[in-house]
Amino acid sequence: MSGVRVLVGTRKGAFVLSADGSRRQWDVSGPHFGGWEIYHLKGSSADPDRIYASQSNAWFGQLIQRSDDGGRTWHPVGNEFAYDGVPGTHQWYDGTPHPWEFARVWHLEPSPTDPDTVYAGVEDAALFRSADGGQTWQELPGLRGHDSGSAWQPGAGGMCLHTIVLDPKEPGRMFVAISAAGAFRSDDAGKTWRPINRGLHSQGIPDPDAEVGHCVHRIAMHRSRPEVLFMQKHWDVMRSDDAGETWREVSGNLPTDFGFPIDVHAHEPDTVYVVPIKSDSEHYPPEGRLRVYRSRNGGDEWQPLTNGLPQRDCYVNVLRDAMAVDTLDECGVYFGTTGGQVYASADAGDSWAPIVEHLPPVLSVEVQTLP
Amino acid sequence: MIRVVLPAHLRTLAHVDGEVRLEVSGPATQRLVIDTLEARYPMLRGTMRDPATGRRRAFVRFFACEQDLSHEPPDAPLPDAVASGAEPFLVVGAMAGG
Repeated sequence: MSGVRVLVGTRKGAFVLSADGSRRQWDVSGPHFGGWEIYHLKGSSADPDRIYASQSNAWFGQLIQRSDDGGRTWHPVGNEFAYDGVPGTHQWYDGTPHPWEFARVWHLEPSPTDPDTVYAGVEDAALFRSADGGQTWQELPGLRGHDSGSAWQPGAGGMCLHTIVLDPKEPGRMFVAISAAGAFRSDDAGKTWRPINRGLHSQGIPDPDAEVGHCVHRIAMHRSRPEVLFMQKHWDVMRSDDAGETWREVSGNLPTDFGFPIDVHAHEPDTVYVVPIKSDSEHYPPEGRLRVYRSRNGGDEWQPLTNGLPQRDCYVNVLRDAMAVDTLDECGVYFGTTGGQVYASADAGDSWAPIVEHLPPVLSVEVQTLP
Repeated sequence: MIRVVLPAHLRTLAHVDGEVRLEVSGPATQRLVIDTLEARYPMLRGTMRDPATGRRRAFVRFFACEQDLSHEPPDAPLPDAVASGAEPFLVVGAMAGG
């Protein structure tokens, strides 16, 4: 029988939540790497037993863990992320040049076709690739070497490359997002890059045509229609119908268009999910009511989903990498909160129930749909 | 023979209980001890020293014989009592965080 495996990264370890296709009874394993920050775990769609995890802390730095048996056992692989050549500088918060310094891996994106190939988005912003199952990592320096690189500035959370989206149809096309530089696209497998931020407008950026400087929080696409991208920006929910060449706002009737995650239904390319957050100075839901908003028509018109979610006294956040969907016939939607809850919906968001309620703050949620 | 005491997270990572005992090939220094430790336990590479700079991580300290050796040059000889195995070389994680 088919099933799902939900991979949860938290501030104090990783957890693996498993269920059969009914998604009613859950087995919880973990914490794996107890006490460490697990920014992200993600499984290979080419080999679901292969999972990569980013393990780090302020004391002992970065480790990459790999499982070859679906998360039961793990072993450390390569953890040296050396910038290509002389790292150079980017802009610091005060506008002065600051050397690029590796801090941690925010996001791991396995290749859809080769379990040994995986991309890593890191802070300070750069993209690395491994073709040997994570044993060694090489930077794709064309991104950081873009003419605008020296002008990139960190957001409040650091200058992190947190989003990697691989185009399933166009060979060599990939998208990344960096806080607070913006979105970038490569059409040649990561050799060269260009900013794709036309149409993004942010208070505090006086130049309406600013090529970089945008605080993109997340980008999502549907596999069947990779030219259509959805973006949760710092403020504003955006949509592009031309692979990022231009963007238009689709925040519509959202109660607030600040937020972090955004995701697309597995079978309906125009069904999109966001979690509105009150403001960038108050990182919790409006009115203390945790609501996922769903658009069935690709943005602009949004419907609150509240069944099973706390509708009073709820002041958690949902971070950018903490939402995912499964690909079962009735699409499952999952998200984790900074309060340690992981919620699941087995009916595309109509109703929700917590899988776990007392984990450490959740940093990331991914889901694997198993045969 | 050098005795090394690792902090809990690194013991877990290296799958060791208690002290680690190392034979080092030359006069005992911080660099040689950490190099030898990482050669025997490759999963510890980069956890005590930044791979980019080779310098001790900010929240890792080295102690021995009731002295803080963290700021000693990495190639300075370790105390005789450490070199002889009478006293352990302590790798300590700073007390911080929540």
